[in-house]
Amino acid sequence: MFAFNVTKRIFINLFTRPATLMYPVVKREFTRNTRGKIEMNIEGCVFCGICQKKCPTKAISVNRADQKWEIERLKCVTCGYCVEACPKKCLSMSNEYCEPAVSKDKEVFANARVLDNATNS
Amino acid sequence: MSRRTIIPFGPQHPVLPEPIHLDLVMEDEKVVEAIPSIGFVHRGLEKLVEKKDFIEYIYVAERICGICSFMHGMGYSQAIEQIMNIEVPERAVFLRTIWAEFSRLHSHLLWLGLLADAFGFENLFMNCWRVREKILDIIEETTGGRVIFGSCKVGGVRKDIDPVTLKRIDKLLAELEKEIKDISNVFMNEYTVKRRLVGVGVLSKEDAHVLGAVGPMMRASGIAQDMRNLGYGAYSKLEFEPITRTNGDSYDRCAVRIDELFQSISLIRQAVDKIPEGPVDVKVTGNPDGEYFARLEQPRGEVVYYIKGNGTKFLDRVRVRTPTFANVPALLKLLQGCDFADVPILILTIDPCISCTER
Repeated sequence: MFAFNVTKRIFINLFTRPATLMYPVVKREFTRNTRGKIEMNIEGCVFCGICQKKCPTKAISVNRADQKWEIERLKCVTCGYCVEACPKKCLSMSNEYCEPAVSKDKEVFANARVLDNATNS
Repeated sequence: MSRRTIIPFGPQHPVLPEPIHLDLVMEDEKVVEAIPSIGFVHRGLEKLVEKKDFIEYIYVAERICGICSFMHGMGYSQAIEQIMNIEVPERAVFLRTIWAEFSRLHSHLLWLGLLADAFGFENLFMNCWRVREKILDIIEETTGGRVIFGSCKVGGVRKDIDPVTLKRIDKLLAELEKEIKDISNVFMNEYTVKRRLVGVGVLSKEDAHVLGAVGPMMRASGIAQDMRNLGYGAYSKLEFEPITRTNGDSYDRCAVRIDELFQSISLIRQAVDKIPEGPVDVKVTGNPDGEYFARLEQPRGEVVYYIKGNGTKFLDRVRVRTPTFANVPALLKLLQGCDFADVPILILTIDPCISCTER
């Protein structure tokens, strides 16, 4: 019985493809729903600060005076609550994971258009 | 009488995925007594309820445990919904049940793999986890997360499953059933496996009752108690019987979990057939005021959520009694008089989840 099971498994394993991906050669495909990382379209942002209030890990900080939106990727748990809460729908969830971080930096999004206007006036 | 020695076991040990420490009082090769100490991964998640409002806390509740994450979120939201008298749409209830059973499937397969690894059957371990991978893939496709589902919220669920995917789930279940049957055949009938499990760590029916064991641990000893019989979620509309065995040894605990795999598959099938159309969430207004005990059946046993609200958006108290915590006294009883070589297997058969226990 045991020998039969082993032989059967050996043959199955010999003639089927490996269960794992050969990673660097074959990239993993993410599903449509995968919660990867938060994307920001700064053009649409009105800096209302709702995302900052809703964030469970306080990863997002919004500075209305300087027109800056910052996110700390290492703190973000990609729950997607900010995406649901955003009134202007400028936040979105990308299905690719974010790159490994090497330092605890904040990723800064600044609205260049508004800043230009500020210096012109 | 031979001399007694104390052998420290853990917090780091190849068989333990999480840290628990046991002082084993030994007489020659026999364990006389085991003294546990826990507290290595305490994170203060219950205290955190004072800082997060009750809607946000669901994200914390889901992160209490990495394996039964969905059921923690489900227990928390059920308790809040009861306090606030929220009527959850039927479709959301069915979706929650489907995801809960998927998480039971992946948890039991993970445990089977770890058990195989603990008695040195590396090949079987890999086969279990290969099957588990398929379940994780379908979970990722439907909820967006592989481990932390993040799809449960107070008042319903955040994601819907479209009919095409539901059909695919049905097809996947047939595939899974076949593969799990292959694996269970090895666990149940193989000589090597039986030698390590049969008759090891017998917990009698009386002991299981007196020591308050829960879940598969208790059912393997012959007590037919399953919290799903309370009829929370969609379980009142699905047909199933609690699975029990009578011997209460490690082999029976393994058998109960294997049978529960097939039970979960049948439950998901029934839920997919019966799922009604409709909305998946309702709007939540107001703040919880009152207290409630929610009891759920997790893969490891019964979990109790106690929640007390005070009419503001911050809750007064959240207390979680997790299944592993209830099973630790039974584990200590099992360890008395066992061989030193059996200690890893015995610790594993209660399916320890230390992060749950210490929160």
